[in-house]
Amino acid sequence: MKVEGPAVCLGADIDTDIIIAGRYLRTKDRSVWATHVFEDMDPALASRLRGAVIVAGKNFGCGSSREQAAIALREAGVRCVIAPSFARIFFRNAINTGLPVMECECPCMEGKKVVADPASGRIEIGDRVFFARPLSPRMLGILSAGGLVEYWRKKR
Amino acid sequence: MTTLSERILGAPAGSYVDCRVDRCYVHDGTGVLTLEAYQAMQAERIARRDRTYVLFDHIVPANNSVTAGLQAELRRFARDGGLPFTDIGEGICHQVMGEGIVLPDEIVVGADSHTCTLGAFGAFATGVGATDMAAIWADGGTWFRVPETIAIFLSGSLKEPAEAKDLALTYVSRLSMDGATYKALEFVGDGVQSLSMESRMTLSNLAVETGAKAGLFYADGTTCAYLGDYGHSVSPQVPDESSYPQRLEIDISDIVPVVAVPPRVDTVRPVGDLAGLPLDQVFVGTCTNGRYGDLERFARIVRGKKVRVRTLVAPASRRVLARASATGVLSWLIEAGCTILPPGCGPCLGAHQGVLGEGEVCLSTANRNFRNRMGVGGEIYLASPATAAASALAGALAVPEVPR
Repeated sequence: MKVEGPAVCLGADIDTDIIIAGRYLRTKDRSVWATHVFEDMDPALASRLRGAVIVAGKNFGCGSSREQAAIALREAGVRCVIAPSFARIFFRNAINTGLPVMECECPCMEGKKVVADPASGRIEIGDRVFFARPLSPRMLGILSAGGLVEYWRKKR
Repeated sequence: MTTLSERILGAPAGSYVDCRVDRCYVHDGTGVLTLEAYQAMQAERIARRDRTYVLFDHIVPANNSVTAGLQAELRRFARDGGLPFTDIGEGICHQVMGEGIVLPDEIVVGADSHTCTLGAFGAFATGVGATDMAAIWADGGTWFRVPETIAIFLSGSLKEPAEAKDLALTYVSRLSMDGATYKALEFVGDGVQSLSMESRMTLSNLAVETGAKAGLFYADGTTCAYLGDYGHSVSPQVPDESSYPQRLEIDISDIVPVVAVPPRVDTVRPVGDLAGLPLDQVFVGTCTNGRYGDLERFARIVRGKKVRVRTLVAPASRRVLARASATGVLSWLIEAGCTILPPGCGPCLGAHQGVLGEGEVCLSTANRNFRNRMGVGGEIYLASPATAAASALAGALAVPEVPR
């Protein structure tokens, strides 16, 4: 399940409040989250996320445990998030909502093509190659089903 | 060259592994959400029925008809499905699971952050959210990222009136509230020997307050003897002390009674620094400090005297309550003027049974002192049962005396 897209570079300690502000949580309309993702950091960013791969600094997804943060990124069209480390609950939420995440320390080059393979851990950025730890078979199954609930529905 | 987490999960730190879960559990709070997610998954059945526990402890007995309705649905599901189920009054999930159910080397997952308490038994025990738990119900397994480990090397032995809670708050303050995020803590060193199973549960319980995913002790003679009383024959686990790149050393002989000052668990000061702070309520109990030894130490201090502030005591389980009744501890508490709550979480999460009013100050033996947790505008100081007892008698924060 390779994913590819242009790199969007973000810094360290991106918290879930920055990803989707608390004022947008009280809805079940997922498109609202996609529209307002990263609004408080850069209102123009949402429009650049469709088909993109986020390459961020350490501790991505820290703060509140809101599952909407992972859903917002996925709904906004983010193909994968790569960071040296993730906050634990965000990491689980991302897998469970079908957003690929890979732990890797790699330099970000804005707009450069990224090709990432969660199964092997191989990440190509421009002409450079990096390796993340491969995800487990179950994690890959959940991602390809589009999330944990869907994984179970399909398994039935 | 492996940590206990690596041994139990079967892979080096940083890897992702798919594991069978030996025991999983929910309580009345998270169980309702788990049931909803489980139904959405349309799974045919619970994969490992005899290892899927439902334990009522959070709002017990139910405080209103909405809670009662939700509890009735979960109770029916547990009973109809033949799941191991403990109803109101049996006790806090982590305590009940620690009364001869969880064994060394097991992988234990609870839908509650303080599931790490059970690391005291040499099990890999961690909390997950309701959706993750629903998938475990359906499948019997889940994935984990094998955590890196911080070793906490303990030397010496506790000197009264300091106790495990003071040591726990001290290590939390040394690591800070996010010092161990996504890692495991392992408690090792000569100082471990002197710690009872109850003390170890207190120490493991606070692991999540440093951001850790688990807090483990290696099973030793103390663990084997404790579980032997419940009819289990288990073997000790031997640590490999060369496995730890990151370590924190604590001489526990130096530990003094401390309090965690609101609103952070890692803002810890000697009780003496704040002695005289007026209190409105004292609360003794919870998965941190509601065990028999905790009640007994508290009761020995208040015995034959009267508390000067409203004092609530919630035993962590029916077994704890029964033992306190049999030994006379319960009578000492009642005669000293304490209010006895049913076994369960009590007012710890601010839902019932002792919610604080605006501006009120509570000294609690629990594990969290976040803003508004026990009631809007209320403040929570965290301390040991001994400090709680001395303070209940004084009506203000007070250093416990060294018992004679």
